[in-house]
This record gives sequence, structure tokens and C-alpha cells, in this order.
Amino acid sequence: MSLRLTALAAALMLAGSAHAAEQIKVGLVSTLSGPGAGLGVDIRDGFNLAIKHLNGKLGGLPAEILIADDQQSPDVAKQTADKFLKKDKVDFMTGIVFSNIMLAVGPAVFDNKTFYISANAGPSQYAGEQCNPFFFNVAWQNDNLHEAVGKVVQDKGFKNVVIVTPNYPGGKDAVAGFKRYYKGKVADEVYTKLGQLDYAAELAQIRATKPDALFFFLPGGMGINFVKQFVAAGLSRDTQLFAPGFSADEDVIKAVGAPMMGMFNSSHWAHDMENSENKRFVADFLKDYGRLPSLYASQGYDAALMMDGAVRDVKGKVEDKAALQKALEAKRFKSVRGDFKFNTNHYPVQNYYLRAIGKDAAGRVTNKTMGTIFTAHADAYVASCKMK
Amino acid sequence: MLQLFLEQALNGLQFGLMLFLLAAGLTLVFGIMDCINLAHGSLYMVGAYFVAAAAQAADSFWIGLGAGVAGAAVLGLLLELSLFRQLYKRDHLSQVLATFALILIANEAVRMIWGAQPVMLNPPEALAGPVEFELFGETFFYPAYRLLIIAVGLAVGGLLYLLVAKSRVGMWVRAGAANREMTEALGINVQRLFTAVFVFGAALCALAGGLLGPLLAVQVGMGESVLILAFVVIIIGGIGSIRGALVGSLIVGTVDTLGRALLPTLLRAALPADAASTLGPALASILIYLLMAGILFFKPQGLFPARA
Repeated sequence: MSLRLTALAAALMLAGSAHAAEQIKVGLVSTLSGPGAGLGVDIRDGFNLAIKHLNGKLGGLPAEILIADDQQSPDVAKQTADKFLKKDKVDFMTGIVFSNIMLAVGPAVFDNKTFYISANAGPSQYAGEQCNPFFFNVAWQNDNLHEAVGKVVQDKGFKNVVIVTPNYPGGKDAVAGFKRYYKGKVADEVYTKLGQLDYAAELAQIRATKPDALFFFLPGGMGINFVKQFVAAGLSRDTQLFAPGFSADEDVIKAVGAPMMGMFNSSHWAHDMENSENKRFVADFLKDYGRLPSLYASQGYDAALMMDGAVRDVKGKVEDKAALQKALEAKRFKSVRGDFKFNTNHYPVQNYYLRAIGKDAAGRVTNKTMGTIFTAHADAYVASCKMK
Repeated sequence: MLQLFLEQALNGLQFGLMLFLLAAGLTLVFGIMDCINLAHGSLYMVGAYFVAAAAQAADSFWIGLGAGVAGAAVLGLLLELSLFRQLYKRDHLSQVLATFALILIANEAVRMIWGAQPVMLNPPEALAGPVEFELFGETFFYPAYRLLIIAVGLAVGGLLYLLVAKSRVGMWVRAGAANREMTEALGINVQRLFTAVFVFGAALCALAGGLLGPLLAVQVGMGESVLILAFVVIIIGGIGSIRGALVGSLIVGTVDTLGRALLPTLLRAALPADAASTLGPALASILIYLLMAGILFFKPQGLFPARA
């Protein structure tokens, strides 16, 4: 009897696969504790806000969002992802902040033929030779924001630069990106441990090098501590700070405050952008969470909108992977950053902007958009991607 | 060059002195009662949270520091009376298991009360910037707050030295570390002595946590990484020896700071840039463990063994 029931159930499930799904399950694995938590929390909150704007649905179907903390550990992330893939059978995955974690989790997701919509991590590996039909990045390729900073530092005529980044894949991408557009002298490249919080030894070395500008990429709590200690050491008098938007967004500004004023940074999005989607997003985020959104929040928001548009496009038939991939590639949604399109490696081709930190009309210390650095900018790895 | 040398020396001193605050309590508890307390790092974490919470409530770093240290001392007293008393007679495995459980309980409790995200603790406004001073005709800069940490560390170290080396209680403590049974036979209440040492150790933990809070981050799990360093310190210094803890702390602090500062530069001179940038940070982070292995090879009991 039970055997027959099982067979019946199996037959029903097989038959059901050609029809629209009844609900869309999303597995969101992100860093929600520790020094990197600010990033993951913003991605999660941005994603949830989009689901709220979509009335709890994705592509017209009820959405179930499973959320888990990876504790910034590749092992924990991999276990959680396996559970989401095998036990919960999610339709999409998203949420990972750090590239080393993304590279650890990626293979299991792709083998399972589940679409991963990255709301942050954009490792060069997945943009180039290891590009994969099941991987999309709705934010940027890791190098991009650093390339933009490199261009600004070059254009502003700085000649002697020190680079500080953590020793992990995202850090290597940062240095590669920055140096692609900055052609002057690099006085020193400082690699720190990922998650390091005390920079006394590094700051002393930097003081001895006497750079005219310093480019640092230290996401989350690392950047908060670095800027605080940089200012406390009195280095801000002679050295101009530059960073990608990651190290100079609301999470860091909230913690550091006024000492960050005057710092330049790059981003593909800013909260003062004038399109109607962005205005609604920023106003509702501020209302619901009591703080300004960061670029991470905008990326989480866009990831949900991207899933929504694609599911709607295939009329809920998410089992038809080829059709779903086409729908995702076609980008059927309006991003809060304005228009952009996907390249052949599933990474964005988009504009990058220069922002400066200062006081806004309401007296808040925050980012202000100063101008465009790159227009319709693609990443440097797309040529080596042979998308199957 | 002089500025760099002085600054790195001060950095090493600052890191070492903070390690000393942690290692002092740990080495006495381990030395006198032969009790392995893995939850020592949790006292550091909880102490830091106490300081942060009190500083926020009182809107003053100093009041917060005082209240947090006092709170941690009370917590230490309660822990000693309720749990650790039962553990002294047990073997090391039971102690490790019980105190490891305490780590998990402390982490989850902190997560429930204060949340998973780090809590902000800012240094006093007056100490947020650098200090400038003239030396040999050159102008030096050093963060004012780090100077304060060095001053407090030196003061506490001096006080501990006086207490342990010159006072009657200190004599009992040293006697207890050297030979517990004989000390008891001489009519010293080692039980009560240990309660006092444990409470004092907890207060030192909170002091270190509160002082380091504005430099690092007050967060769940901050105790574990520092606990490992504290164990390295007491093993290098010799278990049960305050002098060993001080020397061990300063060695570890200096070697770690210099390793992070100099190794990448040295390697870059010898190796291709790519290999140097990968190897440098990795080697710097294991340097103190190499140092520990080296010292244990020549001095298996540590530099200043209490039971010579």
C-alpha cells in the first residue's frame, strides 16, 4: 500500500514538474554574526523589503524565504547550503557576502542545477574561466569598484599609494582591479588577516612609507576599526583616504561618524539616485529599519526583484531551467541603480559613480554622488568565459 | 626609522600588557588549584559586554569601565562558589568539559541578550586622537588611547608585582602555586585564597576586555581567539608564575607585532612579490606558535617554572 502511494506520489511529482510551481523557495545564506554581520544583515533586510513590496510573492507565487547565518565560515555555509539544496529543495539561492565562501559553496549549487543570484560576492573566477550558467551576479564583479577607485586616484594625480586589503580572494581581486587603472607608484601592498581588528603594526609601517594616498578595501567591522585607528594615529593629516563603496557605506559611517568626512569612494548605486524605484526603496527602508540603506541592501533588494521578474517571465515554470536562464539573462526588472544589462558571463555591464562623504541637508553624515567614473563598464574577465 | 621603531615597540608593549592582564589570572588559577579554565576567555568577553553596556547607560567610558569590572568580579565570585569549587577535585578532562560548556553557554547567553552583531564601545572623546611629542628633534605621533592602555597595563603589572612579591597574601599565593598540600598543612585556607584569586582574575579579564573594546570590537566569540594566546603566554612563561606571565606576554606581544610588520617586507626582498604576499601574512600568524614550540624544546617547563 505504502509502496503504491509512494509510486503515485512520485508520478504526481513528475507530472507536476511541467506545470507551474505552487510556491518559490529561496535559500538565503549570509553572514549574520561577527564583524562581517553588518553586510549580511543589510542584504537580508533589503531582500525582505523587496518581498514585502511584492506582497510576499515572487513572480506571482507565494514566496518562502529560508534564512541562515554562515558565521563567515566556508564550512558552515557549505553545510547549510547542502541542507537547503537537498532537504528543502530551494528554487534559488542567494545572500553570500564573502568571495572565499562563495567559491566554497558554488560547486554544490551548480551541480544541483539551482540558480545562484549573488547579491554581493563576485569572484573573478566565476566571471572568467569558471563562469557557470547557474551563477548570476546582480551587483558587480569584485574588481569593478576597485577599478573605479583606481581611475579616480590616477585622475586626481596621486603618485605614491599604499594598498591595504585582507589576504583572501576578494582582496586579490581588489588589488588587481585598482592597479588596472592606477598607473602610479605603489609604495606598499599590505595584506592583513581576514577579520583582523587591530591595525597598529600596519599603521606604523604606513606612516614610515609616507604615502600621499591610501586605498583600502576592508569590508565590515575591519574597515570600521581601520578608519578609527587611522584617524587616532594622526595619519589623516597627510594621507588622503580612498575606498570602494564597501568600506565607506552606511554601516561604516554609522560606526565611525565625522572622521570619515571628505573620503572618496566608488559605487554602482547611491541612496540619492533620482529614479522612482530607488526613492521608494530608500524611503521604505528608512521607515522599516530606521537607518539609511547601504549598497549591500540595494543589492539584496535587486536580487529579489531579479528572481521575481524571471519567475513571472516563465509563468512560474521554474523547473524549465533553460527558459529560466533566458529569463534571468533578459533582466526583467527595474533596478534601484537605474538601467543596466547582463554580460555573457552573467555579470552586470553598468555605470560606476564617485561618491564623497559629507553632511547632507538634514545634517546627517552620509554619501553624496559627485559624478560618473565609468559608463557601461564591463569586467576584465568576460573574454575568458565560455558559457555552456 | 626611529619613529617606526618606537611606534612598533609601543604597539608590541600595548598588546603584550593586555595579554598579561588575561594571562595573570589564568596562570594563577592553573598554577595554584591545577584547574584548567577554558572559560577564562568568556569572562573577558562578558566583562567587555558589561563595560560596553554600563558605558552606554552611564554615557561615560570611565564609569562604564569601573562598573563593568565590578560586575565581572561579582560574576567570577558566583562562578567560583557554584561551579569551580566542584571542579578542583576532578581530573583535567572534567574541568575541560565543564569549562568548555561554560564557553558555549556564555556565547549563547550574550547572543540572546545583546544580539549577534558587535556592540560599539567608543574611547573617551579626549583620547580619540593622536599625541604629539618631540624627541631627538623629531615629532612623534602615537594614538592617545593606546598610551592610556600602556599606562594602565604598567600600573596593574606593578601592583600585581607588589602584591605577589611583597605582601603576605602574595606569599601565600606563591606558596600555593609551588606546593598546595604543604601550604594547607601550614594552616593557610587555600580554598578562600583561591576564591580571591579567581575573582581578581575575572576583574582583570573585564579590565582587558573593557580597555580593548574601543580598539577591537565587543562581539560574541571574542574570548576564544584571545584565550589561545593567553594559554601560549602561560606555557611560554611557566604555569603558575606571574613573572613568567609578564615576560611571556611581552615576548608574544612583541613577536606578533614585529612579525606582522617586518615579515612581509623581509620576504619580499627574498621571494617573488606574489609568493611573498601569500606567505607573509600566513607566516606572521603562526610565528608565535613556532616561538612556543622552540621555547618548549629547550625549556619544557616554560621560562620561569613555579614548581622548580
